[in-house]
Amino acid sequence: MLRKTAFSLAFIAAAALHWTIAPASAEERFIVVQSTTSTANSGLLDAILPKFKDKTGIDVRVVAVGTGQAIKNATNGDGDVLFVHAKSAEEKFVADGWGVKRRDVMYNDFVIVGPKGDPAGIKGMDEATEALKKIAEAGAPFASRGDDSGTHKKELSLWKAADVDVAHASGDWYRETGSGMGATLNTAAGMGAYALTDRATWISFKNKSELAILAEGDDRLFNQYGVILVNPEKHAAVKADEGNAFIDWLTGPEGQQAIADYKLEGQQLFFPNADKATN
Amino acid sequence: MQDFGSAFGLAFELIVGFDTDLLAIVGLSLRVTFAALLISCLIGLPIGAALAVSSFPGRGALVVTFNTMMGLPPVVVGLLAYMMLSNAGPLGVLKLLYTPGAMVIAQTILVTPIVVALSRQMIEDLNKEYAEQFRSLVVPFPTAMAALLWDARFALATVALAGFGRAIAEVGAVMIVGGNINHVTRVMTTAIALETSKGDLALALALGIILLIIAMAVNAAVQGINAKARRNAYA
Amino acid sequence: MHDAAALREVLPRAVPRRAISNVGHHTLSVRNLSFAIDGHKILKNISFDLPGDELTVLMGPNGAGKSVLLRLLHGLIAPSNGTILWNGEPIDRSIRKIQAMVFQKPVLLRRSVLSNLRFVMGLRGLAKSRSELQPILKRLHLEALADRPARLLSGGEQQRLALARALALKPKILFLDEPCANLDPASVQLIEDTIKQEKVQGTKIILVTHDILQARRLAEQLVFLHRGEVAEITPADIFFDAPTSKEARAYLDGRILI
Repeated sequence: MLRKTAFSLAFIAAAALHWTIAPASAEERFIVVQSTTSTANSGLLDAILPKFKDKTGIDVRVVAVGTGQAIKNATNGDGDVLFVHAKSAEEKFVADGWGVKRRDVMYNDFVIVGPKGDPAGIKGMDEATEALKKIAEAGAPFASRGDDSGTHKKELSLWKAADVDVAHASGDWYRETGSGMGATLNTAAGMGAYALTDRATWISFKNKSELAILAEGDDRLFNQYGVILVNPEKHAAVKADEGNAFIDWLTGPEGQQAIADYKLEGQQLFFPNADKATN
Repeated sequence: MQDFGSAFGLAFELIVGFDTDLLAIVGLSLRVTFAALLISCLIGLPIGAALAVSSFPGRGALVVTFNTMMGLPPVVVGLLAYMMLSNAGPLGVLKLLYTPGAMVIAQTILVTPIVVALSRQMIEDLNKEYAEQFRSLVVPFPTAMAALLWDARFALATVALAGFGRAIAEVGAVMIVGGNINHVTRVMTTAIALETSKGDLALALALGIILLIIAMAVNAAVQGINAKARRNAYA
Repeated sequence: MHDAAALREVLPRAVPRRAISNVGHHTLSVRNLSFAIDGHKILKNISFDLPGDELTVLMGPNGAGKSVLLRLLHGLIAPSNGTILWNGEPIDRSIRKIQAMVFQKPVLLRRSVLSNLRFVMGLRGLAKSRSELQPILKRLHLEALADRPARLLSGGEQQRLALARALALKPKILFLDEPCANLDPASVQLIEDTIKQEKVQGTKIILVTHDILQARRLAEQLVFLHRGEVAEITPADIFFDAPTSKEARAYLDGRILI
């Protein structure tokens, strides 16, 4: 009788697991794309992926995390395609053999946002490094991602160019949130801090509160997105055919047009530039 | 903050509007949580009962361990589950990462210690009452365990509710192993986290209110059934 | 020794001390039994033989060790010293299976009256259909309550169920630890009648009670405990007419014993 009970309990457990997993595994072809919060949270992927699916029948499952974590996950083979924005890290990913080939997809730019009161007086500046210098001199609070994301890498390179040692100011006026772009903007809105954000996230961000764009237009604020197929030779599970189909579509005329067509509040968020790709 | 007011309005609209995306998210939340809870109970209740009625060297340490594990941070569990289920991990071949199955596994790890620790406590209390009578009747160990589990069933429903609460409310574990993939692994809590990061605090709060309502409905339902059954069984 | 003397006095009515010569009868033999908790001696070097065909009543003032002795005899707790033998066999699980005990406070499962019976029948692999269990319930006037939750019964009904459950196991020895404390008179009457019938059918009964009148009604043999020692073991008629120990005399006179 005990054996019968044990057997039926095991059956219930198996049924429960099957019931939850079944819808996922029963679905058609899909790939997993490790991407960043800016592409997902801005609504871009939600807008363009259905077009790809209509054409190919391939479902694209997006895991939206910071670029650092996305690259780490892709290195573990937990994804078929990497779609992020930290060019040097991406090139290292390919050079180390984890990715097959990097291709440019699109760009937008970063902006420096801050409280409308602008205690550091950077409003209207188009030299990002000068603006950061003034923030540092004023000791005005600055909310940093602090999470090894593409935006964070960009921000650190700008501080370096401005010759400001932020590590020294950490915990003082320099506040590392260690979280995503949205969470960092929420923090900045809450404490009236400056922050570096990509324009797409900024436009789609709803809790702007007292924040506004104060500095923009520097060439150094250029934000390039690239796409890479995870190397199937490193991870046999990578779906190379489907992944390549997605990359080809994204960098091809249809994908590029779809990116250009995506607008939020009348503004184009991303500018396709795949044809300008050099490598 | 005007977000509070608009959150309630939005929650109401989402519920009355039968938003299909919302329904899918709620459905997945409940499915994942109930599956994890079921498995946790199947594993945890016998362990809890066995711990309650047995004595062996190391039992005390085991009890402390399970009690401590009730406080496991979900994000740590998520990370461990990710490392196990990742393609580069030992269980990568199962291809469970970024599926609801992975979320069930992570939540099972979170909930099982709660089921073990709380059921152990409740069954130990009941066993204090039954132990001498069972010894007199020469009740074999498995039968005693089963009888205690059955007779503690109403108290154990509360244990299950505690596990349900932990599972339905946690975000750290399911975010990491599920990936918050739209239409695949997005559940209530990860959707709330997403809307928060988009700065849409009103929508995030509205989803939170809906989550609370669901949890309340489940609790009320269990409570109601329990009270009725309890009346029919004993005072 | 004092209780050894008492022992000798008792035994004439008892079956021969070594039951070997009388296979049909059973003996519960206690030798040098001691029990202590944390150095506190509750039972001190007790020895006696109880014949298997008499209704033995254990009496004594509070704290004399009656309940502890009963639990030792049933094997619920292990003695610090000494031996307890039933028909020459030590009390283990298999012996405990032919014994049953009714506690002062009945411990009933949180189930129906019938399910409580079914539970113990299942333990022994005995028949447990409703029709087969109905006579057992009927014997203690519980047949109308078969489907009621056991824990919602009155105190008397609960104790009757506990007795019914014990008897359903058809024990060779039945231990009763103050089974009628605070019960309604009708239940007391029914329980006492049932105990008597059971005795007639050959079950060895050992009853702990505080109630001198109940002891008079039921006892065939009296074991009087005082401060962890056997003050006397006497046939009931002698005990109530002329107890040999001064402790028992004082107890029966209603003087408070410490």
